[in-house]
Amino acid sequence: MEKILVGLKRVVDYNVRVRVKSDGSGVETDGVKMSINPFDEIALEEALRMKERGDASEVIVVSIGATEAQQQLRTGLAMGADRAILIESSGELDPLRVARIFKALVDREDADLVLLGKQAIDDDNNQMGQMLAAIWGRPQATFASRIELNGNTARVTREVDAGLETNEIDLPGVITVDLRLNEPRYVKLPDIMKAKKKPMDVIPLAELDVEGGPAIRELTYEAPATRERGIMVDDVAGLVAALKDRGLI
Amino acid sequence: MSKILVIAEHDGVMLNPSTAKTVSCASKIDGAEIDVVVFASSAKEIAGQAAALQSVTRVLTVERQENEHAVAAVLAPQIVVLCEGYSHVFGPSTTFGRDLMPQVAALLGVNQISDIMSVLSSHSFKRPVYAGNAILTVEAPVDQIVVATVRTASYAASGTGNSAPVSTTNVDAELPTHTRFVDLQSGATDRPDLQTANKVVSGGRALGSSENFEIIYKLADKLGAGVGASRAAVDAGYVPNEMQVGQTGKIIAPDLYIAIGISGAIQHLTGIKDAGTIVAINKDEEAPIFEVADIGLAGDLFSIVPELTDAL
Repeated sequence: MEKILVGLKRVVDYNVRVRVKSDGSGVETDGVKMSINPFDEIALEEALRMKERGDASEVIVVSIGATEAQQQLRTGLAMGADRAILIESSGELDPLRVARIFKALVDREDADLVLLGKQAIDDDNNQMGQMLAAIWGRPQATFASRIELNGNTARVTREVDAGLETNEIDLPGVITVDLRLNEPRYVKLPDIMKAKKKPMDVIPLAELDVEGGPAIRELTYEAPATRERGIMVDDVAGLVAALKDRGLI
Repeated sequence: MSKILVIAEHDGVMLNPSTAKTVSCASKIDGAEIDVVVFASSAKEIAGQAAALQSVTRVLTVERQENEHAVAAVLAPQIVVLCEGYSHVFGPSTTFGRDLMPQVAALLGVNQISDIMSVLSSHSFKRPVYAGNAILTVEAPVDQIVVATVRTASYAASGTGNSAPVSTTNVDAELPTHTRFVDLQSGATDRPDLQTANKVVSGGRALGSSENFEIIYKLADKLGAGVGASRAAVDAGYVPNEMQVGQTGKIIAPDLYIAIGISGAIQHLTGIKDAGTIVAINKDEEAPIFEVADIGLAGDLFSIVPELTDAL
């Protein structure tokens, strides 16, 4: 396999307690730590392992968004990706448009495999990989917890509600990854220095000429209803009494 | 008027309860006419179960050998043909629906609404974002078909007793062979299904081993409850992945949820916040799980849980 494309989305770090803005226009992002979407980091780790095993010759990290996403791409390069592409865009992009941008890149790079996180932890859409597979007309394997490459096919174990489902797909194709696929490596300082010299293409979105889907309008953000702290009981007898009180046993 | 097509989820024999919940969501749209479609190699029994659901106008079956297992790339082109004339196509936000519905949306050239938790109008909905830390109200364009997944924990299953007509349909669509089902390893047990059980008992990392999880099973069996686990317990290998409750596992809404030895990470709380009553048993009185628990008991789970099991 020649090329693997890996998507890296810049998102609010998973450790940040997200707060809704008082005017309901979105969530607070000023001064908030931003990171690579954790699922995307797992996708990159898997791509790097494929390359290290000799199953692929080049790993290309891709991000779509503001100039600042270069930080996440640099981290990806420091982890071991060979080069980076930023499709620069200031506005919000709908998932169908992002899928179409990836399709344009797949064609341009003649990619053999696209590895993506199963979802981004900001909008929680869980759509883009599936949309890409559909418009590309190639297979998808979502929620991967194990990937075994066999020449022109891949055997993918998927974490589904009923258990572990294994599918075999022809390549090229799209695989979206779940948490238990691997543990991403830590970036070492010398790798950060080396990453500065690796190539990064910055392409303005307008150059790709990719249209979006009809927009789903975002009207308002609100904080979720919170649960109240209840009572503490002293022992098992108290617990049993409280459960009986509520008619639960 | 809204004409809604609901994609049935099933395992080849039984209709998954997620379908009844998706129908229930669809029925919240005023004046909705709801059809359920069953893709299967043999659909008769499943179609019968779907026809019994309240609010369903009719059931369509598409029987083909290729539909024996739910492969998104095989089902999506058939749905695209079938949804002509419908205003909405809904699927459950289970791994089945999340795998499939974005393909349908992309082939139709529209965006998808994920995880509907509340219906405001035929084209306006609420959905959780940021792991449930914010709720977003969205509006889909009225001149386009609405493709959406339904957050099943937000809806009670539609009742039964209906007898909607069932008809068989042929769908002319070219189906790919590039994706092949190999097998499904399921930890199926006799216990109630985690996603639909009225009562759920979950264990966390504090259990310490898969052998120690036995006390969780014993309590669950005494209660007739399903069994879940925290991500930490799954990652530690105490129980299989399909038992994980939380944002990255299953999102559930039982009447009674008992969290044992679970500290209460945000991602776990996201998966249980619609539960009726939350009981927490944990050694650490400061554990965040007590912030959301209706009934808390601080202490050693290894003495409390067997004692509770005996007391029931």
